[in-house]
Amino acid sequence: MALAGTRSAGQAALALAIALFLGVFLVVPVATVIYVAFTEKGGGALTLVNFADFARTDLFVRSFWNSVYVSAMTVVWASVLALPLAYLTTRFEFRGAMLVQTLGFLPLVMPPFVGAVAMQLLFGRNGSVNLLLDEWFDFKIGFMEGLNGVIFLQAIHYFPFILVNLSAALRNIDRAMEEAAQNLGSHGLRLFRRIAMPLALPGFIAGASLVFVKVFDDVATPLLLNVKEMLAPQAYLRITSIGIDDPMGYVISVVLIGVAVATMWASALVLKGKDYATTQRGGGGLARRKLKPRESALAYAVVILILALVLAPHVGLLLLSFATVWSFSPLPDGYTFAHYARVLGDSSVYIKNTLLYSSLAAGIDVVIGGAIAYLVLRTKLPGRQWLDWAASTALAVPGVVLGIGYLRAFYGVKMPDGTPLAALWIVIVLAIAIRRLPYALRAAYAALQQISVSLEEAAENLGATKARTVRRIVIPLMTGGLLAGFVTSFATAAVELSAVLMLVQSNSDAPLAYGLYVLMQTPAGRGAGAALGVIAVIIVAICMGLAQLAADRSQRARGLDT
Amino acid sequence: MSKAVSIEIAGVNLSYGSTHVLKNVDLSIRPGEFFAFLGPSGCGKTTLLRLIAGFAHAQTGQVLLDGQDVAPLPPWKREVGMVFQSYALWPHMTVAKNVAFGLEERRLPRAEIDRRVANALDLVGLADFADRRPAQLSGGQQQRVAVARTIAIEPKVLLLDEPLSNLDAKMRVSVRRELRALQQRLGLTTIFVTHDQEEANTVCDRIAVMDAGTIRQVGTPMELYENPANLFVASFLGSANILGDGDGIPVPAGKRLVFRPQHATLSSVDGSNLQGRVTHREFLGATVRYGVRVGISEILIEVPFQSGSELRTVGSVVGVALPPERMLYLPA
Ligand SMILES: Nc1ncnc2c1ncn2[C@@H]1O[C@H](COP(=O)(O)OP(=O)(O)OP(=O)(O)O)[C@@H](O)[C@H]1O
Ligand SMILES: [Mg+2]
Repeated sequence: MALAGTRSAGQAALALAIALFLGVFLVVPVATVIYVAFTEKGGGALTLVNFADFARTDLFVRSFWNSVYVSAMTVVWASVLALPLAYLTTRFEFRGAMLVQTLGFLPLVMPPFVGAVAMQLLFGRNGSVNLLLDEWFDFKIGFMEGLNGVIFLQAIHYFPFILVNLSAALRNIDRAMEEAAQNLGSHGLRLFRRIAMPLALPGFIAGASLVFVKVFDDVATPLLLNVKEMLAPQAYLRITSIGIDDPMGYVISVVLIGVAVATMWASALVLKGKDYATTQRGGGGLARRKLKPRESALAYAVVILILALVLAPHVGLLLLSFATVWSFSPLPDGYTFAHYARVLGDSSVYIKNTLLYSSLAAGIDVVIGGAIAYLVLRTKLPGRQWLDWAASTALAVPGVVLGIGYLRAFYGVKMPDGTPLAALWIVIVLAIAIRRLPYALRAAYAALQQISVSLEEAAENLGATKARTVRRIVIPLMTGGLLAGFVTSFATAAVELSAVLMLVQSNSDAPLAYGLYVLMQTPAGRGAGAALGVIAVIIVAICMGLAQLAADRSQRARGLDT
Repeated sequence: MSKAVSIEIAGVNLSYGSTHVLKNVDLSIRPGEFFAFLGPSGCGKTTLLRLIAGFAHAQTGQVLLDGQDVAPLPPWKREVGMVFQSYALWPHMTVAKNVAFGLEERRLPRAEIDRRVANALDLVGLADFADRRPAQLSGGQQQRVAVARTIAIEPKVLLLDEPLSNLDAKMRVSVRRELRALQQRLGLTTIFVTHDQEEANTVCDRIAVMDAGTIRQVGTPMELYENPANLFVASFLGSANILGDGDGIPVPAGKRLVFRPQHATLSSVDGSNLQGRVTHREFLGATVRYGVRVGISEILIEVPFQSGSELRTVGSVVGVALPPERMLYLPA
């Protein structure tokens, strides 16, 4: 009994510490934002006046509808790119399938804002593609005009989210479902539309709603394309230009949260009762049809076109980073290493900061994620589920909102020497950590779920205490999974910008993503910005490789264990 | 309903990669026949069915429906109705929508579709369930929807892949009777796949017994039981005793002696053609089953039980009487 007492006391202390952390760095900032949005400026009375002001201001209403339009159109275009690829790779024998699958990792390697300027140079009014079109065919296409640019960039960036979810859903359909339709006289696109697509709808909606929310919340991509009339950029501009006392930034934040929650809720509603779970009942996968030579050529053309689009930002970025001058010409005038020299010289503080912040944030995430996973899956502590929910709500909080919340909640908190807490670089780390926590949490769950409880029971049976069992059995077995979680968090933290944008107070504290953002604003800084972008892509790509390696390693280790 | 068609399978060989799944299969099924494919798991029954439906492709040989080679026809042009083992009802459609699907694909007028859906559901006794979703039906009802969906398109032949395997024992008996009655009413050439011999025996006109990709024998249930062509068929349909050289009885070279347990009797040791020792005894009610060790084999013998009759004890030496007219000599 005494033992059990100390054990649950230890668990309770751990849970309390995590709750405190989440409370201070997630709940309080977000609650502050919501509270400020609903209180009178200067006074303290609760009011809806701010929302009325929001609704009366043309700029905000226009920005709201622009954001809705851009997000919806991004979903449409992303689906247009994803559908044929998903159909091709899951229903036909197609050698390009591997190529298509690797597309799924590209968005993790480079967030859309990084390639924005490069895409402007490739697809803008006077970009390479339009210059060539003009020369050869005498017309231009407004890929990047106004909102189109944002949609174009976001769609080619986010379509893999839909592709991955949709392909998984299509693969999981019991092949008899489609064979029965063929048997009754249906085939081809009609069969796809009437049977396969409805059955894969849950996967599609999951991907589409994620894309909608991500695009709605993105600050940096529109701003780098000089699109200011969207909601998330407005929140940022309002706070940075008018100050943290102006209520509009908070109202916009509440609207952003509301849209994220409403989207998730709506997708859950649409999917209610549609979780068909028609997984294979033996008999192998669907017999994939061989493509006829003409079809095969067409399929390759589609894949190569999409691949070219997806790679365009990367290629553009690389060119830009080596370019002397690049404007009004399809390719740069000349090439140089000067940008890299500059970046590795005076801008190297960005890189140093990024490595420091990302590893700290990822470390925090793995520790907290691992602890929450352990408490939820392996203990009976009352209220443990709340930790999980709290950590997961971070998904619905846009980065810019978290940034604003930190500013507001922690600016008044002064350190002994008088600097506000919100101005310390560690706050940037904490914001990034909170933003990435849901991902690390998933990884921790996955890692822990694959460890059989009996291994722990065996250790306890042999006389190890709970704490020692955790240290000697659970943590070593989870290492691979946690490591994968760490590296994934690290990689995505390295390119996190929207929260960081609000919180960076001085250049010397800025991470790489911020430096890139600042440099890209001026034509003179673009080359250096692109060089930073390339370095970011390399860092992230290496991390993804390591994460894969760690995951494989732990897979094999578990294979030996069981 | 159109007239029933015959199914002819000639010289079919089918491999998946290096696994030779169907080996020289020849088969001819008569118009209107209720035919069974019977065999152990993995012997190729489903594959043969899928070949007829157009989902599998043979390397050699032909499938003829009503004398026509169907090789050039894709599955959706074959007019071969298949009821899948898992039923494959579409969960996003109501029962009526499921049944209407094939008719809609044929671009029939709405009124005609409604009429045929109502007919098909009537036929399987599910007229009141038209607006339900498949998930809201019992296993037996789902199976009947699957049948209704298939017969609604008035296919040339009906293929049933283990249609009863998802049902409990009681349901099986009633549903297989319904299927038989339905087939009789429609006069539809039907193939019924099963690995349960009782199922095949009770409803089918003729059976093809399959083993490891080959057809071992074709015949009516009684022919197969009375006159099995080989040891596999003899032992797959009911239990059979098989004796060879070294069992204390003369057997022609290259042959085996085969007989059913109820066809042998226990007798006194002297004067019997075979002797053995009782190894176990089971009381089954109407009969008593003895295990008897003869030579290097063990055989089963079932004798009718009459109250008061004396039972042999385990360990005792007995004679086994084998009536010559019941003995079969089959190739080893
Ligand atoms: N797509 C495939 N690829 C490779 N081998 C296959 C494939 N489909 C079936 N086989 C093999 O062919 C053989 C026959 O399979 P089939 O499904 O026809 O058996 P079955 O008689 O229907 O068995 P069951 O009673 O278990 O359903 C099996 O050995 C199986 O492993
Ligand atoms: Mg089968």
